[in-house]
Amino acid sequence: MDIGLAHYLVVAAILFTLGIFGIFLNRKNVIIILMSIELMLLAVNINLVAFSTSLGNLAGQVFALFVLTVAAAEAAIGLAILVVYFRNRGSIAVADVNLMKG
Amino acid sequence: MIVQALAFYLFAIVAIAAAVMVISARNPVHSVLFLILTFFNGAGLFVLMGAEFLAMILVVVYVGAVAVLFLFVVMMLDINFAELREGTLRYLPFGALIGIILLAELVLVFGAWTAAPEAATFAGDPGRMPAAPTNTEALGRQLYTDYIYLFQAAGLVLLVAMIGSIVLTLRQREGVRRQRIGDQVSRRRDEVVAIRKVESGEGI
Repeated sequence: MDIGLAHYLVVAAILFTLGIFGIFLNRKNVIIILMSIELMLLAVNINLVAFSTSLGNLAGQVFALFVLTVAAAEAAIGLAILVVYFRNRGSIAVADVNLMKG
Repeated sequence: MIVQALAFYLFAIVAIAAAVMVISARNPVHSVLFLILTFFNGAGLFVLMGAEFLAMILVVVYVGAVAVLFLFVVMMLDINFAELREGTLRYLPFGALIGIILLAELVLVFGAWTAAPEAATFAGDPGRMPAAPTNTEALGRQLYTDYIYLFQAAGLVLLVAMIGSIVLTLRQREGVRRQRIGDQVSRRRDEVVAIRKVESGEGI
């Protein structure tokens, strides 16, 4: 019943796969795709922290902190773009995103 | 030890179940709420790993800011979500195939993984893991000494993100009467007042 590094890695791998799967499953809905990306970033953070504790090295946790920062910035910008896009087009379907096609 | 194992399995199973609900819920509001549940359980896993500071940051940043932002956007946009969901079953086999392949790859990687021989020497390096009483203090000592430039850069990233999202979503609507205090303060008497001589018994 000893919980080691491998247990956390398995949870992170499952969460990451669910994130990928979510992107494929909700190909039309950008909001769910953004949430799937957040899930994948959470999985990556779990990996970083698991290795950090396992190796006794704090650099992993510092890096997880930066990943968290970038994830927050990405969510803010992504949702802002989504709001502007919805105002212009009246829809958020990914299939319609060809406005900038040259 | 048994308590730790039980807590791990509880957090892990709830996190994975909530993640499944995030990607499969019909209503996006439910998706966001399940995302919050996933983050809470991820924070629980962080606490179990001994990263209390990151766990609290996860709750504050993700649940307090990101998830609420998602909730706002989902509720603000008037979207027919049922229309967006059609064709989901068509993508299911392909997505499942990709997911299974990726999971198999990850399992193979983790199965074959061993720590580098040098890792053990780094692990005992006192400069790497400061002897601080708490995780928060240790992280702070690292962050404000070795990683100070990266820390500042992270602040800049957040600043740019904030300015960018404000610039993107700000709009000047036409035909809206709004108070312009600068114009009000800066107008002069001779621009707005005219003195007319009015004859008695007549109008202007």
